[in-house]
Amino acid sequence: MDQPVSTSAAPVQDGAADGAGQSSGMSPGTRYAARSIGSGVATLFFVVVFNFFLFRMLPGDPIGLYTRGRNVPPEQIAKLRAELDKPILEQFLTYVANPFSSTINSARFNRPVWELIFERVGATLLLVGTAILIASIVGTLIGIRAAWKRGETFDSVSSAVTLTLYAMPEFWLGMILLIMFGVGTAITPGVFPIGGIISPGVDPRSLEGILNVAWHMVLPVTTLAAVYVAEYALVMRASLIDEMGQDYLTVARAKGLKDKVVRRRHAVPNAILPTVTLIFMNLGFVISGAITIETVFSWPGLGLLTYDALRGPDIALLQATFLLFSIGVIVANIIADLLYAVLDPRVRV
Amino acid sequence: MTMTRPGMDPVRTPTAKQVTRARRRASRSRSWRSFRSNRSGMVGLVVLLAFVVVAILAPVLFPPSTISVTQATGEPMSPPTAGFPLGTDESGRSILALIVWGARISLVVGLAATVMSMLIGTVMGIMSGYFGGGLGLVLNRFTDWFLVIPFLPLAIVLATVLGASLINIIVVIGITSWPGTARLVRSQTLSIGGRPYLERARALGAGNIHLMRRHILPNVMPLVLANTTLMVALAILSETTLSFLGLGDPLSPSWGSILDGAFTSGAMTVGAWWYVLPPGLCVVAVVLAFTLIGRALEDIADPRRQGA
Repeated sequence: MDQPVSTSAAPVQDGAADGAGQSSGMSPGTRYAARSIGSGVATLFFVVVFNFFLFRMLPGDPIGLYTRGRNVPPEQIAKLRAELDKPILEQFLTYVANPFSSTINSARFNRPVWELIFERVGATLLLVGTAILIASIVGTLIGIRAAWKRGETFDSVSSAVTLTLYAMPEFWLGMILLIMFGVGTAITPGVFPIGGIISPGVDPRSLEGILNVAWHMVLPVTTLAAVYVAEYALVMRASLIDEMGQDYLTVARAKGLKDKVVRRRHAVPNAILPTVTLIFMNLGFVISGAITIETVFSWPGLGLLTYDALRGPDIALLQATFLLFSIGVIVANIIADLLYAVLDPRVRV
Repeated sequence: MTMTRPGMDPVRTPTAKQVTRARRRASRSRSWRSFRSNRSGMVGLVVLLAFVVVAILAPVLFPPSTISVTQATGEPMSPPTAGFPLGTDESGRSILALIVWGARISLVVGLAATVMSMLIGTVMGIMSGYFGGGLGLVLNRFTDWFLVIPFLPLAIVLATVLGASLINIIVVIGITSWPGTARLVRSQTLSIGGRPYLERARALGAGNIHLMRRHILPNVMPLVLANTTLMVALAILSETTLSFLGLGDPLSPSWGSILDGAFTSGAMTVGAWWYVLPPGLCVVAVVLAFTLIGRALEDIADPRRQGA
C-alpha cells in the first residue's frame, strides 16, 4: 500500500516547487505530501473495513434486513444467500476490491446502488458548491470587518448573529424559510418553490431551465450558506485578531502605510490561511447539512437519497452513501493538507 | 505524625486533607466570582436554569396523558387558541405540552451523550498521550480516523444498525463525538508528560495507572470540564438532527422528533408555523446558553483568552 502512495505523491511535490534537484531521499515537501496522502489512504481503508463489518454485525437474518418490505424474486435471494454463505474472508476481499459493486440492489428503488448515486451526485455538488462559495466569501468579509473593528457595534452585532446561527439546527432554518418564503404567510410572500430542483416540463438545457434551477436553489442555498457564514466569520475573526498582535503590523504602520493597506496587504493574506483550509476541512459538516436540507427542500441529491435509504431502511444504499461521503471528506482533507503546505511553507517539515 | 508550626495552636493544626479542601474551596469561589462578572455567561446560566426547572416540572405542568396520541383533546393542526397557546399537532396534542416534555429528553440525552463522549475522549486522550511508541501511535491513529469520518453519515449508519431507542441515540452521539476531546486531552497530556514531578513519582514506584489517574488526570480535568459545556451544545444539536431524521425514540418526544412530526405530517405546506417555530427556538436558546457558559468557563480556565 505504501509504494503507489509515494509515487503518486511525486507530481504534487513538483507543483509545490520545493526542493528541485534532489534526486536521493525525499524532500520535506514530498515527505509531507506522502504523509498526508498515506494517512488519507489508511483512513479510507479503515472506513471500508468498518463499513463491511458494521453491517455484518446486524442482529437477525441479514437477508430479511436487506430485502425488507419488497417482493424479491427467489433467484435473487438465493444469489444473496450464496454470497453471504461464503467464508467471511472471501466476502471481505470481494468487498474491499470493489465496495460499490454490491450484488444487492437497493431495496427501495430495486436498482443497482451505484446507478442511483451516479444520478444524484450532480445535484448535491451544485447545491453544496454554491453554498460553500457564498458562505466562504461572505463569512470571510464579515470576519475581517469584525476583527478590524473589534469591540465596535459591527463586531458585537455580527458576533451575536453568528453565534445564534451557529446554535441553529440548519434544517429548522430551512423549514422556517420554506414556510415564510415558499408557502407564504400573512407577513411574507411565498414567491419561491417549496421543493425540487426544476419545474416539471422545463428543459434543463435551455436558458429558461437554468433560471428555473437557480430559482429553486435560492432557499436551500441560503439555508446551507447561513450556517457556514457563521463558521467562516468566527474563524476569520479569531485568526485576524491573532495576527493583529504581530510586530510586522506595527512596523507596517510605523512606515506610514494607510490602515487599509496594512489590513489588505499585510494582515489579511496571513490571517486567511485557516479559512482556506476550512473550506475543505468542513466538508464533513457541510455533508451533514446537505442531508437534512435536501430532505426539507426535496432536493434530489445524495442527501435526500440517504434520507430515503434510512427511512427504509435500505441497508445496501445506506452503506454506499456512507462510503461515498467518507471518501469525499477524506479526499477533501488531503487537499486541505496539501493546499496548506503550498500556501504556508512553515508547515512543510 | 503531628507537625507544629510556630505561632499556631498545635491542637488545631490542619491536616493535609483540610488544607486541600480549603484550597479547593478558595479556588472554586474565585472561579465563581470570575464567572459572575462575565455577563453573557450569566445570561446563559439563567436561561439554562429556566429550561431545567421547566423540564423537572413537566409532569406537574402537563400530565402525561396530554402528550398521548390517543388521549389528545384538541382539534388536529389548530393554530394557537386560549386552550392551546401554541396550537396543536396533527393528532390534536398541545404543542406546548410536547415542548415541555421534549425539554426533558433533549436535555437528558444531551448531558448523557456528553458524559459518554467525555469519558471515551479523556481515556483515549490520556492513554495516547501517556504511552509513547506503538500503543500511543495506534490510539492516535484511531482518533484521527474517527475525526475524519463525517459525523452525520456515521451516526445515521450506527443508529440504523443499533435501532431507534433513547439509549442508542445517546450511545451513537457518544461514539461519534469523542475524538475532539481526545485530541485536546492528548496534547495537554503530552505537555505535562515531561514534567519532573512525574519522574519523581515514578522513581517512588508509582505505576502507569496511578500516574495517569492521580497526576495527569487532575491536570487535564479543568480543560475537559470547560470543554464539556460546549460539548453539550453540540450533543443537543446532534440529538435534534438525528431525531428529525426519525432515528430517535418514537415513544419519547424530543424537540427533534417534534420537528420530525411537523415535517412528515406536512405542517410546512399548510403553513403551520406554530408547529415548527417553537421547538427550534428552544433548541437555539439552550444551545446558545451552553455555548455562552462554555465560553465564559474557557476564559476562566485559560486566562490568556481573557478579553479576546
